[in-house]
Amino acid sequence: MKRIINLIVNNKAYEIAVLPNRTLTQVLREDLNLLGTKEGCGIGDCGACTVILNGRPVNSCLVLAVQANGCNIQTIEGVADGNNLHPIQEAFVEYGAIQCGFCTPGMVLSAKSLLEKNPKPTEMEIREAISGNLCRCTGYQKIVEAIQAASKKMKKR
Amino acid sequence: MNDFSVINKRLPRVDAWSKVTGEARYAADLSMPNMLYAVLLQSPLAHAKILNIDTSAAKKVVGVKDVVTYKEAGTIHYGVSPARYDETMFCYDKVRYVGDEIAAVAAVDFETAMEAVSLIKVDYEELPVYLNIFDAMKEGAVPIHDDYPNNIGAEVHQEFGNVEEALKECDYVRTDKFVNKKQDGGFLEPQACLAHFDMNGNLTLYTSTQTPHYVQRTVSMVLNIPIGKVKVVKPYVGGGFGPKASANTIELAASLLSMRTGRPVKMVMSREQVFMHSRGRHQFYHELTTGVKKDGTIYALKNTCYLDGGAYSSFGIATVYYAGSLLGAPYRLPNMRYDGYRVYTNKPACGAQRGHGGVAARAAWEQQLDIIAEELGIDPIEFRLKNVREKGEVTCNDFNLSSFGMKECLEAIRDRSDWRNKKGKLPKGKGIGVACGFFVSGAGYPIYRSETFHSTAMIKLSEDGGTVELYTAAAEIGQGSDTVLTMIAAEALGVRYEDVKIYSGDTDYGVDLGAYSSRQTLMSGHAVKQAAEDVKKQVLEVLSKRLNVPVEDMDIKDGYIVFKKGQVDFSGIRSYYVKEHRGWAEQPGDDKLTFKEAARIAYIEKGTIVSAGAYKPGELGGKYKGATVGTSPAYGCSAQIVEVTVDMETGKVTVDKMTDAHDCGFAINRTNVEGQMQGSLSMGLGEALFEEVKFDEKGRVANPTFGEYRIPTALDMPNVNTIIIESNEPNGPFGAKEVGEGAIMPTIPAILNAIYDAVGVRIDELPVTSERIYNAIKEKERKK
Repeated sequence: MKRIINLIVNNKAYEIAVLPNRTLTQVLREDLNLLGTKEGCGIGDCGACTVILNGRPVNSCLVLAVQANGCNIQTIEGVADGNNLHPIQEAFVEYGAIQCGFCTPGMVLSAKSLLEKNPKPTEMEIREAISGNLCRCTGYQKIVEAIQAASKKMKKR
Repeated sequence: MNDFSVINKRLPRVDAWSKVTGEARYAADLSMPNMLYAVLLQSPLAHAKILNIDTSAAKKVVGVKDVVTYKEAGTIHYGVSPARYDETMFCYDKVRYVGDEIAAVAAVDFETAMEAVSLIKVDYEELPVYLNIFDAMKEGAVPIHDDYPNNIGAEVHQEFGNVEEALKECDYVRTDKFVNKKQDGGFLEPQACLAHFDMNGNLTLYTSTQTPHYVQRTVSMVLNIPIGKVKVVKPYVGGGFGPKASANTIELAASLLSMRTGRPVKMVMSREQVFMHSRGRHQFYHELTTGVKKDGTIYALKNTCYLDGGAYSSFGIATVYYAGSLLGAPYRLPNMRYDGYRVYTNKPACGAQRGHGGVAARAAWEQQLDIIAEELGIDPIEFRLKNVREKGEVTCNDFNLSSFGMKECLEAIRDRSDWRNKKGKLPKGKGIGVACGFFVSGAGYPIYRSETFHSTAMIKLSEDGGTVELYTAAAEIGQGSDTVLTMIAAEALGVRYEDVKIYSGDTDYGVDLGAYSSRQTLMSGHAVKQAAEDVKKQVLEVLSKRLNVPVEDMDIKDGYIVFKKGQVDFSGIRSYYVKEHRGWAEQPGDDKLTFKEAARIAYIEKGTIVSAGAYKPGELGGKYKGATVGTSPAYGCSAQIVEVTVDMETGKVTVDKMTDAHDCGFAINRTNVEGQMQGSLSMGLGEALFEEVKFDEKGRVANPTFGEYRIPTALDMPNVNTIIIESNEPNGPFGAKEVGEGAIMPTIPAILNAIYDAVGVRIDELPVTSERIYNAIKEKERKK
């Protein structure tokens, strides 16, 4: 039996009928066509499917769509302001924090969530905040540097 | 400083904007109208005869469009090396590991396909299961493949110089054993594909691969479709590191199902299936005997290695060669013997993974060299400096080191890490260790015997003159080849980075052997550079005629025409261009003639301006058997110092600091080079400290998740002090050579040597878990 749920995704309201066993990842990707949210493991180990749900980063593969009913969700598609990249995205581009890019959406959202709560994190706080987002390409260093740079940039604005 | 405009800089990746906004599309993101979803039936048993397969119930499920087994697929054998084509799309006589593919179902949605596949009934007759090489090689063991009765699928025996005689002449000889564990690629994107066989008889396969060219050949051969009718397209790929460097069953099955149903078919692997498919790093059992002279001269090396290959050969024939051929090369070693054996077992097939074949050997030997240096009372860096080769030398197995900055790497890390004040002087529980690395810069030969070019490239100038379109079949898998090739094209042609638009990863764009053996920058880079230089010549020739200025008196730089002998009146061309482009954006207005104007004039004169480049290595050294594995147009090298803290109570290792120098010949993009170094080190750290694919007694992967198979997180990896050494490789485009794989080589032994410095124990089995160190410390205390 499908259930009707209401989601606000990237400031846009949706009313969708979903099966109760569908994950938020599946609904975002398949029903809303927001394919920037990636699925790397499906069981909450890798963080590639991270979205911000009511202000907190979550593995969307561990959230059933029905559980997200009434929630406010931000995906990678909602981070940039039109064609203007968010300072975190700008820093990821500039500092070489991206290689294959598969972890990037989740990584950006974890970083964004961190900087919203803690605008001046230490290196250790950054590393802790992204420790649930696996990256096999970069060794994390340039990601950490990018988040540090974004923190500085955002303070200036 | 050099006067390059584009290369050697820190430019952002060409795909950075698409990736950082979530716009980039990977194979699993693709869909087509009327698309079917397909799933595999995989063996629950590790070794069994197939007696019967009954698909009748599956076929009856509403929504199922097709069910295929070997009966529909045929049994054409394929693999990586033509000498060991030992795989078929689906098993027909027996299954050889848990996960071996038996059937596939295509249905209107994923859930229906899953339900139907669970209804396929297979009758098996179980056979003895061999989960380690020792059982597999035992007298009387059942052959996993009939052609190899003792389960040894490949053997290598090579000798250069005379090792037995040389060992007699040595003052100090020691033998050590070493073993690593099977490592998983650990890329974040599971394999996925979408196949579409259209009504015109053309197959288009979108797939997450490192090697579109090899996939094209395999699909064509197995499905018996003319190669020209098979187009393989690589969308963005979420990492590969080796395991995606050959055709897999989902690519073949989706193609077959699409041919049979006439509809697009999509398949996506789960993370568990990625672990079962594997093709990652082998387990290597090395025994190394090294002989040195009193003064520290390394004189002889005997290397025996057994590889646990898993159920199929995959890249393993190359692996078993690489485990021997690369080892001695960075040092002046005159005598080397290698005996390698790759053994079939009932586990997922192993293949190529970053640092192909050489990582465990390097770890074993660089640790042994550390022991020897200590025995001889020589500082381990001085010991290495005494023995390392230099540019222009040729190794005993005929590798020509046309550039070789190993000495510079060692000196750089020594000085930058304050080695002299730390080695042997750190408090108990803290340690520092060093090791060297070495790798090919592109396999010298294709995986199949052929005179083919290894990379081709094509450039077309847009007819308005504004854009340089670069076509290459090279595979961007995250390593940055699109960026590097774009930069090479821009530099060689003389235009701006943003003027070049790259189209890549599509077999219709040419031949490129793909992203493996650290070959894209050197090989595809050559082809691109050649094409760009040719385009430049064509444009300047037209301009020469128009302006009456000799070609050699002109150049193109930063998007402008440079007149070397003073200003030339080009007002005729300017007014002509402006007249033709009235109302268009970006009219040329400054006092310099733009490339855009010149390219437009060239088009008006000659039609569309196109050029082609192609590269294959010239004559490479080595006429002995197996010389094709290891010979390369260039070799990268590296050295690394690692500092660790070992908790004396628990044995827990923390890597505090890494200083890494890599000779990449010439850094096309400095940021990318550092990224490759840091990523390599992270994978090495994982293999050293915790990565191990484990199996239960039935041969099932016991830890097929990133929760239980741990790869390094941001909390495990320290910052790396990266030092780029540029030795200017004569065989590389603009002097460039590899960095993608060689950088992993020194990490494991440097960690091992640092652990010894910290707590005085040598670990000869990976991963170096807390338990292993704790036991070694206790053992040492007991012996006191």
